[in-house]
Amino acid sequence: MHEVGIANEILRAGQIEAARRPGARLVAVKVRIGVLAGVDNDALRFAWEVLSQPAEGIAPRLDIEIVPRRNCCEACGAKFFSDVLGEDCPDCSSRNSRLCGGDELQLASVEVEE
Amino acid sequence: MTTVIPVEKKVLNENQRIAGELRKRFEEQHVLCLNLISAPGSGKTTLLEKTLSCFQKKEKVAVLTGDLQTENDARRLAVYGFPVQQIVTGSVCHLDGKMIERALGTWDLAALDLLLIENVGNLVCPSSYDLGEAAKIVLLSVTEGEDKPLKYPSIFVKADVMVITKIDLLPHVSLNLELMKANAQHVHPGIEIIELSCKTGDGLDVWLAWLERRRDSVRERLLCARS
Repeated sequence: MHEVGIANEILRAGQIEAARRPGARLVAVKVRIGVLAGVDNDALRFAWEVLSQPAEGIAPRLDIEIVPRRNCCEACGAKFFSDVLGEDCPDCSSRNSRLCGGDELQLASVEVEE
Repeated sequence: MTTVIPVEKKVLNENQRIAGELRKRFEEQHVLCLNLISAPGSGKTTLLEKTLSCFQKKEKVAVLTGDLQTENDARRLAVYGFPVQQIVTGSVCHLDGKMIERALGTWDLAALDLLLIENVGNLVCPSSYDLGEAAKIVLLSVTEGEDKPLKYPSIFVKADVMVITKIDLLPHVSLNLELMKANAQHVHPGIEIIELSCKTGDGLDVWLAWLERRRDSVRERLLCARS
């Protein structure tokens, strides 16, 4: 629902990182988005297309890496990917696990042309 | 030649920074800040009304309430005599740290020990924005269906407590209450669950006791800090 704001944040953050290298042109921004982040990736791509258009030249690319839900086993500490809730731990078979990842909204890297 | 520069920063880094500052301020001033989140119409304002009506006038409580439009909620809540401020977000679907910082503006936090924030009615976006609160509270009414914790897990994972509201309507809806609770436990094992009706008052004592327990822990820290 707030994908325009998020696209703006990503673009701004990407431009700041690129500006650390004088003369470099921002080519791409890579973000890592968890399935629980509450972000609609299609809406984000659409917002990016609109916002990232420069006055002239080529618009930077948005690369999205989707991060699955992760569970942490409370019994043995193992971390495992799981789309299924309440799945048994693959290491110790305990049913006692909690959600410990999959809600990230992370700027992973920027790609610049120098 | 292109170069990939690793960054590894949260996209909402700026909000996180402001939320961190707010959390520090709340902790230093011994204010318990709670962030109430639910879909529109689940009963956040009504629960706040009931809560404020149970407090004595000398209680050091304040409320920030967010909505896209209107000051209706602030008007409803102001009648209890505690400081209330409406945050009108315009078209923004959630509250963020900056809005809280701005709304707190001239308030003297030292004169408070409880700050209740009523987020914009939305079960999705508010879960992504830290407001510096000590805990998130998710409300889910019995008319919303038992599968919401599975469909919108993010907020149920992040909330310390789920308040099931409008339980007076249970005889009139086909909700499987046990399944609703099991679904919440599924995405967040150990989540505290409180069932209540603001209409009949059932369960309000449990909610108020939960609130008192959280306030007590802040008061204890205050005593420790002074001794």
